[in-house]
Amino acid sequence: MGNPNSANLRRWYVIAAPYFWLLLFFLVPFFIVFKLSLSDSAIAIPPYTPTFNWSDGITGFLSKLDFENYKFIFSDPLYVNAYLSSLKIATVATFLTLLVAYPIAYGMARAPKAWQPTLMMLVILPFWTSFLIRIYAWIGILKKEGLLNLFLMNWGIVNEPLSILNTTTAVYIGIVYSYLPFMILPLYASLEKISPTLLEAAEDLGSRPWKAFWQVTFPLSLPGVLAGCLLVFIPAVGEFVIPDLLGGSETLMIGRTLWNEFFNNRDWPLSSAVAVVLLLVLIVPIVFFQRQQQLEREAGR
Amino acid sequence: MRSRFSWFNATSITLGFAFLYIPILLLVIYSFNESKLVTVWGGWSTKWYASLLQNTALKEAAWVTIRVAFLSATVATVLGTLAAITLVRMGRFPGRTLFSGMIFAPLVMPEVITGLSLLLLFVALNIDRGFWTITLAHITFTMCYAAVVVQARLQDFDKSVEEAAMDLGATPVNTFFQVTLPIIAPSVISAWLLSFTLSLDDLVVASFTTGPGATTLPMKIYSQVRLGVTPEINAISTILIGIVTVGVLAAAYFTKRRTEREERERRIAFGATD
Repeated sequence: MGNPNSANLRRWYVIAAPYFWLLLFFLVPFFIVFKLSLSDSAIAIPPYTPTFNWSDGITGFLSKLDFENYKFIFSDPLYVNAYLSSLKIATVATFLTLLVAYPIAYGMARAPKAWQPTLMMLVILPFWTSFLIRIYAWIGILKKEGLLNLFLMNWGIVNEPLSILNTTTAVYIGIVYSYLPFMILPLYASLEKISPTLLEAAEDLGSRPWKAFWQVTFPLSLPGVLAGCLLVFIPAVGEFVIPDLLGGSETLMIGRTLWNEFFNNRDWPLSSAVAVVLLLVLIVPIVFFQRQQQLEREAGR
Repeated sequence: MRSRFSWFNATSITLGFAFLYIPILLLVIYSFNESKLVTVWGGWSTKWYASLLQNTALKEAAWVTIRVAFLSATVATVLGTLAAITLVRMGRFPGRTLFSGMIFAPLVMPEVITGLSLLLLFVALNIDRGFWTITLAHITFTMCYAAVVVQARLQDFDKSVEEAAMDLGATPVNTFFQVTLPIIAPSVISAWLLSFTLSLDDLVVASFTTGPGATTLPMKIYSQVRLGVTPEINAISTILIGIVTVGVLAAAYFTKRRTEREERERRIAFGATD
């Protein structure tokens, strides 16, 4: 089996490539974002003046340190409102996604075993088709002269076309629609694992189906609920495409604010500061998600 | 869970799938619409497909996108597979928590943060932005998806098969290529396909990391959608949906046939009759 040293070396070859890749392209960039968030914007290429020169050393860096961009973010109600409104929209959208996904996942878990791989496949398939295109499809449905209004007016359900596109409602529809598979899959995975004998036991003990659901099935599906909610909530907070294409001017979301700050105002330091604060807001759910995944894996072993 | 398939379950599945598929279906139908207006049906026509063929800017963007996706999916699958092996088989090593954190964080990280941070890295390193920077960025976030897909498969296969090969004198490298890789192959293929589609699909990260030279198809589609709906977009969307559907169905078919064959071989090997 070779000597232990060469085995150890081989082990490091396997670990090193992905490890250093992620260090260089995932971790280091965050430090650069953080560093830039402390610099001043300037009309130059690249459009900022660096606050840190290696020649200054750490004391030179600290003496020049200023939190101007952060002060600006917290003094301007636009940014504070954008954070709050993103959190609110993401929370409501996550809850709505859960409401839509749960019956589907439950139905899938109870479907005949032979159907289940096909049903899984049908849930995953839309996820493989372009996200941008699926959002674009909703524009044609939701706009004033769109297909939904055409349908509703033809059937006499409404007399006047509803304005849904360019409102927050459209953003909710977009988030629920595009993140639905992320919610269904973990829910299905945890519902499918629940042993039928537990429900039989509950029924034998006189529990009605609805009560059995709330006291047995739902609590046992909680890991799936939690995983699904985090998978939807975290990216939804920073979502850019959905509010930009479906939302109106009243839909304030931080991902869109960052994008505009970067591409329209070309203020790199300020958009870096916006990103750092967004990351700080999300760090708790992200760490929580990772711990959850670790527990799942350990339980699965 | 027991199979007691009630009307409630059937209805919720049907409604759920209708919700998932109707928008896509409408898009496909309206791509064959003669009329320029999305809501007016002017009869069947393939003229938007024909005008697509004339659109060189769109074709160029599509070619850039395919090249980026092919290259980044291939590298991401190799790195992702190594990462999965690291997570499942390598036990403890210094920085393991950080490593698994870096594998899982990009899965949920908002794209605007990933895009901005990579752009600033490229600026700091003074790399010219364009084709290669998009590719590097795509490798980084898709390798994490690839790692998760391969990891799931590595976890539930029996380590004793590998140990048996080693006991019979195979070197670790031989064991990997002759035993481990064939067993995890279906998940490696789906990891590649997933990385490929994620790269094909990405708008935000590519917009941040590109330079003047390289425009990808999503960037092109995005700018046209913002300018106003053109039926050409319906046509190109339908083509993309078609390619992905055929690809995924083919992958599913081959995976299924493979498992069936393995099952048959196992039965023959153990001399079972049925």
